[in-house]
Amino acid sequence: MIGADIQILMPELVLAVYAMGALLAAVYTTKDGMAPLLTWATSGLFVLLAVWIGINGQGTNIAFGGMFVDDGFARFAKVVILLSAAAVLLMSESYMQRRGLLRFEYPVLVALAVVGMMVMVSAGDLMALYMGLELQSLALYVVASLRRDSVKSTEAGLKYFVLGALSSGLLLYGASLTYGFAGTTLFAGIIEATADEPSLGLLFGLVFLIAGFAFKVSAAPFHMWTPDVYEGSPTPVTAFFATAPKVAAMALFARVVHDAFGGIVGDWQQIVAFLAVVSMFLGAIAAIGQKDIKRLMAYSSIAHMGFALMGLAAGTAFGVQAMLIYMAIYVTMNIGTFAFILSMERDGRPVTSIDSLKMYSKRQPLRALAMLVLLFSLAGVPPMVGFFGKFYVLRAAYDGGLAWLAVAGVIASVIGAFYYLRIVYFMYFGEEGEALDGKINPVLWGFLMGSAAVMLIGVVNLFGIEPIAAAAAATLVN
Amino acid sequence: MGNILSLTTFLPLLGAVILALFLRGDDADAQRNAKWVALVTTVVTFICSLFILTNFDPNNTGFQMVETRDWLLGLQYKMGVDGISILFVMLTTFLMPLVIAACWNVETRVKEYMIAFLVLETLMLGVFLALDLVLFYLFFEAGLIPMFLIIGIWGGKNRIYASFKFFLYTFLGSVLMLVAMVAMFADAGTTDIPTLMTHTFGTENFSVLGVQIVGGMQTLLWLAFFASFAVKMPMWPVHTWLPDAHVQAPTAGSVVLAAILLKMGGYGFLRFSLPMFPVGSEVMGPLVLWLSAIAIVYTSLVALVQEDMKKLIAYSSVAHMGYVTMGIFAVNQQGIDGAIFQMISHGFISGALFLCVGVIYDRMHTREIDAYGGLVNRMPAYALIFMFFTMANVGLPGTSGFVGEFLTLMGIFQVNTWIAVFATSGVILSAAYALWLYRRVVMGDLIKESLKTISDMTTRERAIFAPLVVMTLLLGVYPALVLDMIGPSVAALVDNYDTALATFEAATQFASN
Repeated sequence: MIGADIQILMPELVLAVYAMGALLAAVYTTKDGMAPLLTWATSGLFVLLAVWIGINGQGTNIAFGGMFVDDGFARFAKVVILLSAAAVLLMSESYMQRRGLLRFEYPVLVALAVVGMMVMVSAGDLMALYMGLELQSLALYVVASLRRDSVKSTEAGLKYFVLGALSSGLLLYGASLTYGFAGTTLFAGIIEATADEPSLGLLFGLVFLIAGFAFKVSAAPFHMWTPDVYEGSPTPVTAFFATAPKVAAMALFARVVHDAFGGIVGDWQQIVAFLAVVSMFLGAIAAIGQKDIKRLMAYSSIAHMGFALMGLAAGTAFGVQAMLIYMAIYVTMNIGTFAFILSMERDGRPVTSIDSLKMYSKRQPLRALAMLVLLFSLAGVPPMVGFFGKFYVLRAAYDGGLAWLAVAGVIASVIGAFYYLRIVYFMYFGEEGEALDGKINPVLWGFLMGSAAVMLIGVVNLFGIEPIAAAAAATLVN
Repeated sequence: MGNILSLTTFLPLLGAVILALFLRGDDADAQRNAKWVALVTTVVTFICSLFILTNFDPNNTGFQMVETRDWLLGLQYKMGVDGISILFVMLTTFLMPLVIAACWNVETRVKEYMIAFLVLETLMLGVFLALDLVLFYLFFEAGLIPMFLIIGIWGGKNRIYASFKFFLYTFLGSVLMLVAMVAMFADAGTTDIPTLMTHTFGTENFSVLGVQIVGGMQTLLWLAFFASFAVKMPMWPVHTWLPDAHVQAPTAGSVVLAAILLKMGGYGFLRFSLPMFPVGSEVMGPLVLWLSAIAIVYTSLVALVQEDMKKLIAYSSVAHMGYVTMGIFAVNQQGIDGAIFQMISHGFISGALFLCVGVIYDRMHTREIDAYGGLVNRMPAYALIFMFFTMANVGLPGTSGFVGEFLTLMGIFQVNTWIAVFATSGVILSAAYALWLYRRVVMGDLIKESLKTISDMTTRERAIFAPLVVMTLLLGVYPALVLDMIGPSVAALVDNYDTALATFEAATQFASN
């Protein structure tokens, strides 16, 4: 019996054993000297695992008495998480190396965080959920303050830790309430407990759980940590925060509200819709005044989470499908955008102010064009793929009876378009400014161009992601 | 020739890709090559579109040369042409070579400029040919990107403000349309335009936030589409982006904007609002008519006091678009015939007027009316051509401007005499501002020092105007050329509209009995 369970848990186990082995190996040998090798090896392993999970996974497998669920939904999320984490690791290598930040802990911590995320999206029980979440969060707190001699970076780490601990507390409180009133921590049990009129305590637990998740996906009004952490962390770490953990947290969110509380959609739908609308508007409006591109991307991600939550708020299988597609597109766009941000340097020092991009298009027409495509995609202007993400969630929201949310969403997207256009303005219309360095690491160039190309070519059929996401969503909601 | 429509649509894009990938350098040779590639591409596109025209059967009121492919989410890649869209396609392909020829003097970032126009042409053709809601939206919205860049990069002094205003205004209008499209998709289960035309959307009254909505869902959908098309058109009072955009845009950008992009609004009304939401159109129709009447009178008066030539022509465009919306929402054969005719003819005339401004702007680098005067002394050919198009703009019989205005007025007279009266006064006002402009710029003595050395039009410039003069005259003396083409489709449109309304009224009467 245990053998079968372990079989199901195999990808997570492989990664966890690898991370610990790598840690030991590095500590007992050349320490930071191994870091570049470890970075490449870790991202290679991520890709291998993604391929393994993507090709090998079949049906719905339940392990450890329902604590761990391996279904299409989890596999979809895991593949996205693994691939984006691999991409971010690859992009960070040269950046970290040149600034003396490439410590061997970095790839190991990222690997551990990814293990946490994989457990999160497969959790079938509040305990498993919390374990995955904490493993992920603790690894991320450390990564945020990786630049130990920088005040901003340590501040980011500390802020993230304190507020993250608060949110974990909220979540745990919600979990304990749920356990107290449902009598079980298994999702399958909770959904039975909510079958007839759910008790008030259970609803309280639900609200606290959602507050905790909202914090993790950085949805307003639980977003306060995001801009500071994004700004303070080293840029590759910011890129990591903006991608894989968001997918994991969003998938976990969907898992809990559907697997555990799928019987009382009406009770959480309004909360999620509220989170969505507040996030969209806050992200759109607060980003307007930003001068630092990393802070801007923080607000942009808040707005994007609002859109993804719009899909979730629909409370239907199609809504989950829309959310998954949205997240996959969002992650792809962000990888390209952060590849660009990582390449912004002047005399070898990273620059993050937006006005440093003045007339960028004159000197680097191709890169400026790729960034233009990504920005319009982020703004949701067709024919870029970002538009289709929005189209799916709008459709889901409308079908779910939330037409007002759809209208609010598109209005927020117009407001949000302004700050993306502002970057275009600096790159194409503005006056001449001090030039940025012309060199770019080929890896970054590749990710930037690849991501922009995906945004353009994806209009043909979204690379066939639609049926996969539909199948994934169907396993979660039935 | 099974996919002639796609071929025509994507040819300019192909030209743009070739330019982007294979043209290197920024010296004079490369610039000349970029211009030639763009010109050849647009001319070939025009030739392709002639095949569409010759294969087109005006008496078939359905969609012709239809191409269908499956796309995502049950959407389709579907293209087709009918009597309403054919002439817009022809207008676009006809004008684009002239537009490219008109920007022969551009020297900054020529390659990008040409790419922007070629991409824009693909997107404009796509708008007129798409037979799927989302595909239409895709082309419609994507057209904002190249236009935003054209105004922002190559525009005048205040281009940044104008480009942002242009983008955000039109974007806001069209996202509401997107929500409506989602709603239609959910309601009808398809985004196929021909199917949606036969689908009846709900008309039961309901209230939103305490406001009773007469005509129910149809009215709401109609309003959402109206938000988009009214801004695009543009109709009073949401026209304010247009003068800014026109003034700041480079000459070629102004021509495309006035001659083609504005027509997307009118086309949208004919393609979506009338056939899909007849009840909504009937409920909201009077509002549109009054807005049109206000637009005609008010913007003509505003045009009178302008000091910038482009701004004056921009306001005159808004007034002329007022005739179009008025004709469309009169919903009878003359009105809609006239509206389409007016759009086509306005495409030639306003395009030509902006080119006229461009000719002297290239020489003097100012658009202030006061900076000119007495040009006739040194530029006789220019004076002649400018006069011809001023007269056409006024609606002189014998030019195409007259036919459009006359037909729309005839259409509206059958529906609402008062509006016809207001609109007719606009004809007089348009003569006032257009002739006064002409007098101040061209007539009189040449007293300004700076103008003493100005030279007349070059052969290239004359060659650009020649086809426009021919078309304006030809349509003016033989309007049947257009009317025969669109007539049957318009008749079918009006027929369906009346039938749908009759059914609705019978049903409501039945319900109230």
